[in-house]
Amino acid sequence: MTENKSSLAPPPIVQVENIYKSYRRGSQEISVLRGINLAITEGNFVALMGPSGSGKTTLLNLIAGIDRPDEGRLLVAGTDITRLGELDLARWRAHHVGFVFQFYNLLPVLSGLENVELPLLLRDLTRKQRREHAMLALELVGLQDRVHHYPRELSGGQQQRVAIARAIVTDPTLIVADEPTGDLDKTSATEVLALLEQLNQEFSKTIIMVTHDPRAAEKAKEIHHLDKGVFNNN
Amino acid sequence: MELIKLILRNTLRQRLRATLTILGMAVAILAFCLLRTVVDAWYAGVSAASPNRLVTRNAVSLIFPLPISYRQKILQVAGVSQVAYANWFAGVYIDERHFFPRMAVGPETFFDLFPEFVIPQDQLKAFQKERNACIVGRKLVQKYGWKLGDTINLTGNIYPGDWQFVLRGVYSGATKTTDETQFFFRWDYLDEVLRKNMVHRSGYAGWYVVRIRNPFDSGAISQSIDALFKNSWAETLTETEKAFQMGFVAMTDAIVMAVRIVSFVVIAVILLVLANTMTMTARERMSEYAVLKTLGFGNRFLFLLISGESMTIALLGGMLGMALAFPVAHVFGKEMSTLLPVFHIHWKTLFFATTLSLAIGLLAAAFPTWRAARMRIASALSHVG
Ligand SMILES: Nc1ncnc2c1ncn2[C@@H]1O[C@H](COP(=O)(O)OP(=O)(O)O)[C@@H](O)[C@H]1O
Ligand SMILES: [Mg+2]
Repeated sequence: MTENKSSLAPPPIVQVENIYKSYRRGSQEISVLRGINLAITEGNFVALMGPSGSGKTTLLNLIAGIDRPDEGRLLVAGTDITRLGELDLARWRAHHVGFVFQFYNLLPVLSGLENVELPLLLRDLTRKQRREHAMLALELVGLQDRVHHYPRELSGGQQQRVAIARAIVTDPTLIVADEPTGDLDKTSATEVLALLEQLNQEFSKTIIMVTHDPRAAEKAKEIHHLDKGVFNNN
Repeated sequence: MELIKLILRNTLRQRLRATLTILGMAVAILAFCLLRTVVDAWYAGVSAASPNRLVTRNAVSLIFPLPISYRQKILQVAGVSQVAYANWFAGVYIDERHFFPRMAVGPETFFDLFPEFVIPQDQLKAFQKERNACIVGRKLVQKYGWKLGDTINLTGNIYPGDWQFVLRGVYSGATKTTDETQFFFRWDYLDEVLRKNMVHRSGYAGWYVVRIRNPFDSGAISQSIDALFKNSWAETLTETEKAFQMGFVAMTDAIVMAVRIVSFVVIAVILLVLANTMTMTARERMSEYAVLKTLGFGNRFLFLLISGESMTIALLGGMLGMALAFPVAHVFGKEMSTLLPVFHIHWKTLFFATTLSLAIGLLAAAFPTWRAARMRIASALSHVG
């Protein structure tokens, strides 16, 4: 069901080449990804689907540079991130990837605004600039009225919107979202999906989203099915 | 700035846990300060000793006195600038529990050699004029409510009889570490009474205090003095005042060592407590650290975050403990004033306690920081989901 809307596609922003990944559990070796190939063009919105345990999160983590493959190459915006050292990889993530997690993962001691400012601490910005950027991002997700609320004072949907603001505030090359609606009620899920769609359409953000939910996948321009460590795209 | 904000908010997150740990730390530092102060107080005489004073005593034992004629001979030794002498009087004031040091001292020279006893000129003159005058430390005068001109009655034991002295002077210590609980009266008055009642005991000094010009000559001068009286019936032993004072406390060295060890055991225990608290705290926050790492924050940031919190707790507790140490030491010092007349928290103790607090904070953060640094983001994040 892979479908590429433009035939004159620009070179892909993400290129996954023959990726293998396995985990050890005790003496047992679990082969999670077995020769994955994938190309994602700039401005695309890709959904990764598949049964639980099929390796979706593992693949997303590899593309986002928070885990390393056993074999294969990962080219993101021209950089082979498998060759980066720990520090360079961290710097690379800070510049190129925005993360949205299933459980929001906001820091509870920071207000919404402060959570969104957090990734900007690694940038060379004044306090005022940080504040401005963060306010803009929060406005974009429609939370300008709740910037000083702490995560515990926000609903799940609102927390996820703060998390999305945190993901876009650095203007990353790529947004990765791991089951962003997995913990939300229907209404909030719809809002969050609409927001991701808007980011993709209006701001041409490249988005890779892992999801179980067919309704969520519908919003994507491209869907890949993962099963037992390989793509099953027929 | 943002980091400090984050550290402070994290510190306040588990209020009860943080409060209990801070209190524990405070108690430990309080105990540490007090124990060190006890040791300091124990060695107060030793540390008050002047490097340019020697003490000459009977080589056999301090119990046996030396002829008063020795003073002139010691004065002749090259490098000696002044010689004073004293006798331990002991005696009883009211009853045995009211202990303070009582000594007969040569009125002309004794206070010359001990400039740390500060006496108003007119009071010193009055003391030198009146045979049964005495000079008493400020603390003792306060304790018993004596006033200049009062008569003080002592019952003799080493020197039996009823003794009366008139208070003519009050000395105060030149420094905080000077013992202000001593009682001095005139050696010539003691000797005069002895000549009447126990003539065979008159004419002796308990020990001589010898002031030398150059502290570096103390070894040679001590030898010269002792050589003077070699093979006489009362041979001498001369040593620095410090060594002399040390002789009094040396037998308690084992106890002092035990106190020292206990003070560090207390520190070791609180280190383990804080390390445990921080390990627990860090374990609960592992997924937050994973998020920070995901966003690009490095191990250095996590180290600052964890050790910052640990050091904040340690330092708050340490400062509370040090603040409490003052009132506690004050009460303790009052209760123990006969046994430990000089009971002050030394600035070195405070400096040491502060350094220790910071070190405890840093060490307690070591293990959780190591764990956070080693943690793999992907697996730490999957604990959440
Ligand atoms: N850190 C890890 N250590 C060991 N096994 C892991 C680890 N992460 C994932 N796995 C295993 O790899 C497989 C794929 O996991 P995952 O990528 O999370 O699947 P999905 O997101 O599709 O549900 C599962 O069997 C999971 O148990
Ligand atoms: Mg998953």
